[in-house]
Amino acid sequence: MATVELKNLRKTYLTEEIIKGISLSIEDREFVVFVGPSGCGKSTLLRMIAGLEDITSGDLLIDGQRVNDVEPGKRGLAMVFQSYALYPHMDVYKNMEFGLKLAGMPEAERREKIEHVARTLQLEPYLHHKPGQLSGGQRQRVAIGRAIVRNPKVFLFDEPLSNLDAALRGQMRVELSALHRKLGATTIYVTHDQVEAMTMADKIVVLQKGVVEQIGSPLELYHHPRNLFVARFIGSPPMNFFPAIFQGGDTTGSAVQLRDGSTLYVPVTSPGLLPGTKVTVGIRPEHVELAASGPNSGVVEVIERLGAITLVHVRMPDGQIIVVQMDGAVLTDVDTRVSLTLPPGNCHLFAPDGVAFEACHRHPLAA
Amino acid sequence: MAVKTKTSTRIGVTILGWGIAVWLFFPIFWMFLTSFKNEIQAISTPPKLFFMPTLSSYAEVFERASYWHFTLNTVIVSVGATAIAIALAVPAAYSMAFLPSSRTRSTLLWMLSTRMLPPVGVLVPIYLLARNTHLLDTCTGLAIVDMLTNLPIIVWMLYTFFREVPAPILEAGRMDGASRWQEMTMVLLPLALPGIASTALLSLILCWNEAFWSLNLTSSHAAPLTAFIASFSSPEGLFFGKLSAASTLAVAPILVFGWISQKQLVRGLTFGAVK
Amino acid sequence: MQAVLQHSPSSEVSSERRKNASAKRTGFLLLSPSVLLLLVWSIVPLVMTLWYSVQNYNLVDPTLHGFAGIDNYWYLLTDPDFLHSLLNTFVLVAGVLAISVGGGTLLAVLYDQDFFGRGIARIMVISPFFIMPTVSALLWKNLMLHPIYGVYSAMMRAVGLTPIDWLARFPLLTVMMIVAWEWLPFAVLILLTAVQSLDGEQREAARMDGADPIARFRYIILPHLSRAISVVVMIETIYLLTVFAEISVTTAGGPGVASTNLAYLIYSRALLQFDVGGASAGGVIAIIIANIVAIFLVRAVARNLEA
Repeated sequence: MATVELKNLRKTYLTEEIIKGISLSIEDREFVVFVGPSGCGKSTLLRMIAGLEDITSGDLLIDGQRVNDVEPGKRGLAMVFQSYALYPHMDVYKNMEFGLKLAGMPEAERREKIEHVARTLQLEPYLHHKPGQLSGGQRQRVAIGRAIVRNPKVFLFDEPLSNLDAALRGQMRVELSALHRKLGATTIYVTHDQVEAMTMADKIVVLQKGVVEQIGSPLELYHHPRNLFVARFIGSPPMNFFPAIFQGGDTTGSAVQLRDGSTLYVPVTSPGLLPGTKVTVGIRPEHVELAASGPNSGVVEVIERLGAITLVHVRMPDGQIIVVQMDGAVLTDVDTRVSLTLPPGNCHLFAPDGVAFEACHRHPLAA
Repeated sequence: MAVKTKTSTRIGVTILGWGIAVWLFFPIFWMFLTSFKNEIQAISTPPKLFFMPTLSSYAEVFERASYWHFTLNTVIVSVGATAIAIALAVPAAYSMAFLPSSRTRSTLLWMLSTRMLPPVGVLVPIYLLARNTHLLDTCTGLAIVDMLTNLPIIVWMLYTFFREVPAPILEAGRMDGASRWQEMTMVLLPLALPGIASTALLSLILCWNEAFWSLNLTSSHAAPLTAFIASFSSPEGLFFGKLSAASTLAVAPILVFGWISQKQLVRGLTFGAVK
Repeated sequence: MQAVLQHSPSSEVSSERRKNASAKRTGFLLLSPSVLLLLVWSIVPLVMTLWYSVQNYNLVDPTLHGFAGIDNYWYLLTDPDFLHSLLNTFVLVAGVLAISVGGGTLLAVLYDQDFFGRGIARIMVISPFFIMPTVSALLWKNLMLHPIYGVYSAMMRAVGLTPIDWLARFPLLTVMMIVAWEWLPFAVLILLTAVQSLDGEQREAARMDGADPIARFRYIILPHLSRAISVVVMIETIYLLTVFAEISVTTAGGPGVASTNLAYLIYSRALLQFDVGGASAGGVIAIIIANIVAIFLVRAVARNLEA
């Protein structure tokens, strides 16, 4: 039961502004992920919410209360750090107990809570182990447990899975999602990994250089990226781009000409754009189709067979590489010449300043 | 062939390692040996390695000076000075490591430079100040001076240890609702304990062996072991047996303490200043 | 702290200043006891010393008093003993530093090797550091180097040489050796710790690259030790500038002023000749020199100490 509201939050470090006015509201029980490349300010923003960094200007409201000047421990938040930051001199039980003890909770109540949480997280056998005796995954659980016992209004996660190996990361992702459904607590989660963002978030906030690029549900970002940056950042392998010339458009779509002279009629509106303007066509690897011959041809340079799917890297005449995602059984071989077909319904169109044109039809899952 | 070189190198290293160790340690060993000789054996030429040990030198030393009185003074002064210095240095080092300002660096360097002030340069005023405040020839007075002379080094050492503590752990403490004081005492201090311990050990050793101030600021009441030994060094005290016995008594406690704690001293140093 | 909560939300920019100010205040409060004490400790005696240094003040001659101007300084600076003791101070510091850092580095590498009884040998090597200066001076002067009864003299006689009265013939060199004996173990202790913290993989990589032991020492171990060496130089200089007990016990600065350093010169002025004014002038000069050394030294090693 907590809402978090950011009103034009800014942070200046020395003379450099690193958070440039971010406004955002986070609903009760929502799982919000801040995602962006390193240095985009996502961790700083989280630390400002936590109270570990000063807020230069703007307001931070938790449950409608302005908390800019409240000590971190009194904001009703709990945080899971990237390095876990467990107290190495305390055993698992004491790690979880520390916050409760400082809050003055009676001993019996503390014990009950810790045991309950330990049961949920399968930490019971390790309660009297020191963090140094635990594996990475177990430490991660303790860090989460330490956050849960405090029964916070909001959970903050700062890249919590980045120190785990791939298999464990996948497992923890599922566990965290399940835990969030069970606890129903408002959660803010920072990551640079878009898979984590896509799989766990109710709402993703894409950040770059201290500015919000787009806020939306995972599929909204995937199907309707607002600009080139988001288009490039969300989705793996990333979206392919083709330079094109705008020819004209109406309410049902826009016509563009690709390098090889072929014309594409993309169902997006382009109000006010002058014919002859340079634009960019974007299409995701899974939407490109391969043909043996035809326009838009290139040479297959690398083939990555992942089993279920196959990624075909095609070198185009202008030198750029286009990645095509095919099913696992595709027979294409390296060094063969192939032709790319771009289904217009799956294409995105970006203006010269990188902003995407409005699609004529919203994707049903991203309404 | 390769094995042979390896064995010969190892033998060489063993001989060299032991040879240098024996050579450096020899004066201490000889002092210990001589302390069990009578005065005639002590100055026999050539010096004797094997002899009938006697405790006569020790007996005479105990008769002439109240060893326990001096030892107690040394312990009080060393422990007191170290404890006060650590108590003052922990908050200072915390402030420098975790709340640094633009002046932190120069403050630290200034502190260290005060330590380079030659004590003789200020002997007269310190002597007069101690006399006027009735701290002359008291353990308190000597402890204060020892504390102040070691404080800069202690602050600096603790500062290097604190900087090794990962900031997120302290931040986790703050998220858990710890105040500055709780953060310092419940999170930082247990973490930096090995470093604090080795700092304290070093300070104890330096205080124990401090000679200049203890010789000049004390006379009888608060005289520590450095003064005790000085009383055996006058020309008339050139009796090697008694001199050795007194010396052994003066250094034995700190030497044994040093042997026991050297592992701790090294362990603390590895994660701070020298790493 | 919680009271801050109640402030109006409109004061957006000032909130940072306030919070920063609170952190600054906490930092200052925590630092101030140490700083204040050291400030008093370094300023008050300094001012008093400055005052005495321009006074005629001799404890045995109370008729002589009043303002002396720069007489005390003039008298001291034109005294050949002064220059001599200055030179001795420098030689002593530089010599002991060279021995303890050079020898300490080599010994650190030696005792990093695995050999039979290494633990015991190490403890024996660092033992002299725990010995108080007065005792070590007495040991060396009497038991070791005494021209008649000393062990070293006996050994020289045993191989057919004439024993040397070390402290009379080479007073400064001998004092330097005694002081080096005390401080070499400290250097070994610190440097050995540093050598052992060297990453094993780095050493193995160097071996894979075909580096012989000398190259490994020169290009891997020595650079790794630079910070530890700074620490040793820093701490030892502090103590070496003020070497006193060793000189007082062994040579009393003599013969003549052959082994008198600045510390001992001032001491002899103040306490043997009861010339408070002259001693204070010497003290002021010692402080100035110490500060010059401190500036250079601290600048030189500060970067290493900070990292």
